Amino acid sequence: MSIGKSQIRVDAPDKVTGRARYTDDLCDKNALVARILHSTIAHGEVKSIDTSEAEKVPGVVKILTCFDVPHFKFGTAGHPWHLDPGHRDVEDRLLLTSRIRFYGDDVAAVIAENDVAAAQAVRAIKVEYEEFPFVLDPQEAMKDGAPQLHEDFPNNILGHTTIYRGDFDEAIKEDGLIKVEGWYESPTVQHCHIEPPISYAYMEAGKVVVVASTQIPHIVRRITAQALGLPWGSVRLVKPYIGGGFGNKQDALYEPLNAWLTTQVGGRMVKLEIPREDTFFATRVRHAIRFHITSYVRPDGSFAAREFEAFSDQGAYASHGHGIAAKGMGAFPQLYPCDNLKCDAYTVFTNKPVAGAMRGYGIPQAMFAGEAHIEDVAKALGKDPLDYRKQFLMPVGYADSFSRNVNYFDSFRQCIDKGMEQFGFREKQKEYAAQTGDIRRGVGLAVFWYNTGVWPISLESSACRIVMNQDGTVQLQMGETEIGQGADTAFAQMTAATLGIPFEHVHVISAQDTDITPFGTGAYASRQTYMGGFAVRQTAEQMKAKILKHAERMTRMPVSNLDIRDGNIVRTTDNAVQMSLGELATNVLYSMEYSEHIAAESTYQINSNAYSFGCSFAEVEVDIPMCKVKLLRLTNVHDCGTLINPALAEAQVHGGMSMAIGYGLSEKCLFDEKTGRQLNDNLLDYKLCTPVDHPDLTALFVENHEPTSAYGTKALGEPPTCSGAPAIRNAILHATGVAINEAPITPHVLFEEFSQAGLLEKTAKSVPAMAGADR
Amino acid sequence: MAPQHKLVSFTLNGKPTQKMIDVRASLSDMLRNDYSMHSVKEGCEVGECGACTVLIDGETFNSCIYLAVWVEGKDVVTTEGLTGEDGTLSDIQQSFVDEFAVQCGYCTPGFIISAEALLRENKRYTRDELRKMMAGNLCRCTGYENIINAVEKTMEERLEAKAKG
Repeated sequence: MSIGKSQIRVDAPDKVTGRARYTDDLCDKNALVARILHSTIAHGEVKSIDTSEAEKVPGVVKILTCFDVPHFKFGTAGHPWHLDPGHRDVEDRLLLTSRIRFYGDDVAAVIAENDVAAAQAVRAIKVEYEEFPFVLDPQEAMKDGAPQLHEDFPNNILGHTTIYRGDFDEAIKEDGLIKVEGWYESPTVQHCHIEPPISYAYMEAGKVVVVASTQIPHIVRRITAQALGLPWGSVRLVKPYIGGGFGNKQDALYEPLNAWLTTQVGGRMVKLEIPREDTFFATRVRHAIRFHITSYVRPDGSFAAREFEAFSDQGAYASHGHGIAAKGMGAFPQLYPCDNLKCDAYTVFTNKPVAGAMRGYGIPQAMFAGEAHIEDVAKALGKDPLDYRKQFLMPVGYADSFSRNVNYFDSFRQCIDKGMEQFGFREKQKEYAAQTGDIRRGVGLAVFWYNTGVWPISLESSACRIVMNQDGTVQLQMGETEIGQGADTAFAQMTAATLGIPFEHVHVISAQDTDITPFGTGAYASRQTYMGGFAVRQTAEQMKAKILKHAERMTRMPVSNLDIRDGNIVRTTDNAVQMSLGELATNVLYSMEYSEHIAAESTYQINSNAYSFGCSFAEVEVDIPMCKVKLLRLTNVHDCGTLINPALAEAQVHGGMSMAIGYGLSEKCLFDEKTGRQLNDNLLDYKLCTPVDHPDLTALFVENHEPTSAYGTKALGEPPTCSGAPAIRNAILHATGVAINEAPITPHVLFEEFSQAGLLEKTAKSVPAMAGADR
Repeated sequence: MAPQHKLVSFTLNGKPTQKMIDVRASLSDMLRNDYSMHSVKEGCEVGECGACTVLIDGETFNSCIYLAVWVEGKDVVTTEGLTGEDGTLSDIQQSFVDEFAVQCGYCTPGFIISAEALLRENKRYTRDELRKMMAGNLCRCTGYENIINAVEKTMEERLEAKAKG
């Protein structure tokens, strides 16, 4: 049985030798090269463009501007198409735009024979703008009279949804309630996959072919066709290995523009690689969300009423839009249920880079705010933060009427107990109880809520193809994509298990080609092992039935007495091996009577979802005069159901934890208030974690077999990113008594907070020197 | 400006070679475009991410900010050069596989080269020291945990082999 084993990744040997081919490795070295001219104002209108100097640059092939593009508006979010127009993504993009909505908007593109010529020509293009006032803060943007980004969205509000339950106004009148209120700020961060977005496009056989680093080939094919006004079958999207995505590549980024550019130069191959700097401001970022949470709590800790407001910074275009804030809000009443609720989530356009999907999709933001708030509630009540959570977290048996998710097992409490014990939480809590001095330590925890995939909001469907070779090995093709998480390996393990063949006998065709690959919506929403699992199981079972039918004829034994085990046809009544699958496949393929190329293909539509829960424990050391936090330990505990591959699962958790550490302590896109320009659009000034910024990371699991799942598994891709930052925040509170409600918790933030708390008084004289001492 | 070319002679993965190279080209561009050394990845092209790390005369360099013409007479090693002629993985490559230190794989060859450089010193380093020595390479997938595990494992293996003589 291949499930539950830490099988070596199917792609690892190729990736450690340089044999694995990524987009740029496949592109013809003599392809034309495109570069984009980005706007140097945050809001306004392009009045004119003078390309005369740029045209003179040797090597320039063609310059195309916002005045040349076709007028098919398209949405970019990597969601399945919806047959109901009311459920489709907002279509607010053009390939290039004269209406500028953020500093870095796409104005023109140069196609040249080489990168140097393209870059020189971009610099030589002169653009005349009419500048409009701009707005960078979502709450400012909502005010009457604020600069308007899109005509169809008054007060810049892209989305506003609510959850109102019970009678909030009446409930807060109850005697003896304690009111706990806070504002919580989460930052704009960027995915920072190490391979920048890249694609190349050419025309062949009457089609536009785009080879791209994307998580969602089938969706990008559809969006590209829509943007160019082409029949969907006229676009072919190929996805080779990709160097990380984390949600940024769950959007159509520049693939539609790239596809159009090749059509403008007679179908010649054009490569469009997005430089690292542009990746920061011109692709997607995580929504910065400001939260306002108020809880009315009884002295026993129970909630009488709760109020929740979220203001989500969408940036300039809709992309994934309100889905992020809505998901964050959706978690709020489920995590700590309360009868009387008033929840409002707003998603608001601002003149900033576009926010889209990023690992966790609103939940890292909501958990930072929500789990900081719960810590403050416990503190206000004088209750232990761990016990308080265990008492009031979602009870076992809780059922959500919308997603139909059921908390079948007591995952939260099991995860907390396991983490508490292995982390030594109680011991450290006591040890650090009464500290004084400049250097103090603390421990904290936070939980997270997650679900799996997008049903019932959107379609969940997955297709799979299995083809048998003459030697009894198989090729596996999925519409779901390998983006580094190990999906290919997990699918190979599932196939081997259901078909009864050795893991090594499954060859996964990793590259996706929408002309060849069965349909799948791709890598997002932590959906693939769960959703893809159904398609694998169904297809492998069909394949097995075909094989056993042939075996019946060849062995004269009934199917009910036969099985496939370890690649052999076995008679189950005495476990006698009848023949190998290789013998069977060769015999069947070359038979003069009943030749068949044994293959199976099927689609499975999934009408379920699954909760995936867990928690983080953090230990920090805070240098109060230096306003610095050192993370000493971080442990995550997850219940993601049955582990298909424990070592790969652990590796996924490490990566998510790393992102959570950056989210909590160092990562933030900074914008110039005077121009709207991003100030730290590079990997030096944007502080994602390096190897020295973490302690060793511990990943633990509670394995409750998910009853709705094909292989007992459920979401793990995004959950590890969700609870690390608030656990760190709560550990800092434990260490210093100071509640920090803004991420990332940098020395700049701590200086302000510690000053206000009076912790820096005795070192006040050294303050000016320290203020600039950020690493 | 018309491109100018220069004959560059150097050793690549143990074999002497020479080619006419655009004097403006970075070493990473030359290795990728003229020699198909696809392990040399470009993630930032300004020396921040380390994905293009190669060995030049045994020292690690970000090849994206090293001019191709500067390798004249030097010895350059990429990840391709660590793999045996018969395709056998080197010890550090095998450790990256066995320790699950690979995810998307884009930063992997650069990390392997940085690891190889420090492993050649045949010294024992603490995990903290290893972290510091590997800090020129960025990874967004792994949290570095399994990468450090892989380097540590190979370090111990090589020290043990050396002790046995």
